Amino acid sequence: MKVAVLKGGRSLERGVSLRSGARVEDALGRLGHLALPLDVGPDLVRRLVDEEPEVAFVAMHGVGGEDGTVQELLEILGIPFTGPGAAACARCMDKVQAKDAIEEAGLPTPAWFAFNQTAFREFGAADALGRLEETLGFPLVVKPSRGGSSLGVRFAAAAAEVPQALVSAFSYDDRVLLERFVDGRELAVSILGDEPLPVVEAILLEGDRYDFEARYEIGRTRFACPAELSAEEERAVTEAALGTYRALGATGFARIDLILSQDGPWLLEANAIPGLTDTSLLPQAAEAAGLSFEQLVGRILDLALKPAAA
Amino acid sequence: MRKPNGGSDRASIRHTAQMSEVPEPTHRRRAHAGTRDLERYAGLFAERTGMMRSSAMRDLMAITARPEVISLAGGLPDTSTFPPQSFAAQMTRIAQESAAKALQYGPTEGFEETKDCILEVMGAEGMLPDPDDVIVTTGGQQAIDLVCKTLVDPGDVVICEAPTYPGAVPVFCSYQADVIQVECDEDGMQIEVLEKLLGELNDEGRRPKFIYSVPSFQNPAGVTMSVRRRRRLVELAREEEILVVEDNPYGLLRYSGEPMPPLYQLDGGDFVIYLGTFSKILSPGIRLGWAVAPPPVMEKIVLGKQAADLCTSTLTQYFVREYFAERRWQRYVSDLVELYRARRDTMLEALRLHFPAEATWTEPEGGLFIWATLPDYIDTNDLLAKALRADVAFVPGQGAYVDGRGTHSMRLNFSGVDEEEIREGVRRIGKVIAEQVELYGTLTGEERLPEPAEESEPNVVPFRKAEEA
Repeated sequence: MKVAVLKGGRSLERGVSLRSGARVEDALGRLGHLALPLDVGPDLVRRLVDEEPEVAFVAMHGVGGEDGTVQELLEILGIPFTGPGAAACARCMDKVQAKDAIEEAGLPTPAWFAFNQTAFREFGAADALGRLEETLGFPLVVKPSRGGSSLGVRFAAAAAEVPQALVSAFSYDDRVLLERFVDGRELAVSILGDEPLPVVEAILLEGDRYDFEARYEIGRTRFACPAELSAEEERAVTEAALGTYRALGATGFARIDLILSQDGPWLLEANAIPGLTDTSLLPQAAEAAGLSFEQLVGRILDLALKPAAA
Repeated sequence: MRKPNGGSDRASIRHTAQMSEVPEPTHRRRAHAGTRDLERYAGLFAERTGMMRSSAMRDLMAITARPEVISLAGGLPDTSTFPPQSFAAQMTRIAQESAAKALQYGPTEGFEETKDCILEVMGAEGMLPDPDDVIVTTGGQQAIDLVCKTLVDPGDVVICEAPTYPGAVPVFCSYQADVIQVECDEDGMQIEVLEKLLGELNDEGRRPKFIYSVPSFQNPAGVTMSVRRRRRLVELAREEEILVVEDNPYGLLRYSGEPMPPLYQLDGGDFVIYLGTFSKILSPGIRLGWAVAPPPVMEKIVLGKQAADLCTSTLTQYFVREYFAERRWQRYVSDLVELYRARRDTMLEALRLHFPAEATWTEPEGGLFIWATLPDYIDTNDLLAKALRADVAFVPGQGAYVDGRGTHSMRLNFSGVDEEEIREGVRRIGKVIAEQVELYGTLTGEERLPEPAEESEPNVVPFRKAEEA
């Protein structure tokens, strides 16, 4: 089977995407498929039309590849593709939309406020900061609404640190959110088809935050998979993740990130196209469930081709 | 046993397979390790790998390779001005006259003929080393590595400038050095601060192994150490009996001001290890650099080099020999100086035009880089993400420090792109900075409307004043 592997592109996570893509191409080769690597650029549509792949494996992260843009094109071209559809991708990518959907589904997500640049530039939103800081308390987390891999995520321990954190977050997106900081264990639940895979816990060995560098470097973060959870905790975490997956309309696969605090799970975000690099969480979770990387890739392809049967 | 990173081995296996009619393996590359395997490998890693860090920036840099991005991030000399005909003629001559020798191993120290070329280059800056004190290395980078290999035990103190050459940091780290940085101002490393530091270290019973410095047109800061400080530095080294490692890749690329004596010349080579390279005056692709060190140190460096790679490429050493035989290398360097001077001036002018009044930058008299410092609420790592959306790239300053400082600074390269791109690149960076400045103003309620500094005082201020150190 001819499988187009969409990777790279212009997003800030281009490097990660190239690594995910290369790994998928390998696995496809071993599965006996013909992998067609496509570094996504202005010739994407022409190449897809010329090459006529039977299915597209989307190994892109960040804006452009994970936000529904590429998915929309594939839908128009009638090429089946891996992972969630265009609308679900758009919802997952935008943390504000995702949190809205999560809250609507009655699931817990840390309190937040979202602003775009116009609010600050033209409507004096800065004057509201004091009030919302009071509501959220310190430390609080400032995040770009669209962005992955912890890029631009800042912690502000006091009011004086908020403006600088906002400037950082606005470097990545025109909309940012301020979120209540929830202390607890960092968990990720990958869902394949409709099945939750074993929960992964990220335990940072050094440094004080789960930052971009730690996430992609072997030996700086330890991952426990399956995470050591009581049966009750595991049920609560898995149910919350599945509920989120459904609320966002995800299909194929996705990874739900959450914090398990003393009072239960708090949902942070959903990743429509989780990383597939050597250190990524979805492959680790699959491995814990007894799926090799090839089997994982094979299963993802099946789900793309036969969504109803999945 | 398969190696975890066997890409090139694979390629060679495939060729062998074709030659001996063994069926070609189906897959281009070996299977990636599962996550469990990775943990197993991690358990085998040497302790020093814990200090070897890749960075998020390296990932962001993946985007700078795209053609629409104007990259002021590289440190690239412009090799497009090297005449292809003379390159072809030199390589042909090598093929016709010395093929067997050019394809053979060579002496670890390098060919005598290469050393003659090195002496010519050093002579142009007033230095006359004994050829026996010289070793030809695989680029100046290997020279830094070999010096560390020879001198540094884990925990040893290495002193360098703040900011320092970002490419030296991973070398120091991989030898587990305790790196201490001494602030620079417009006259280079602040020797008074260094003296104080040496005193403190002395009180603690710690003796630094060496002081690493790029005294002329420093990478990344673009500053040049004053003669007074140069004299004091070599005096101190002699008094304390510690070594100074003088890294001088750009010495001949001076665009204004008076030439300064290299530390090696001032000291006579007793306490100064000198590092040079052909990268900036000829080609970085030939990977030819050198080190000059006192004989006892050189003896160990040679042993280290032998262990590392036996010898530097003989082929490129022959190329340098042929190139120098034409006796035009100095003219090529003066052509480069003309080219880069115009580009430096263009960048300085563009900075005055497009960077906001809050920004400061250095005004280098040579080399390849300008160091710009922004208000402390702008993190240049984040700014890079925003700049990349505007199709322009620079190097965030953090990589030039070992302790996380430098997050408000950036290194701008003016040698690798033409004047039009320099103007446009700086304009784009100026625009994203201005947006951040304005945003911060609205967030804090302070009116900080970005005013281009066009009409105000010349915007060049010392990027770090002495009293801040």
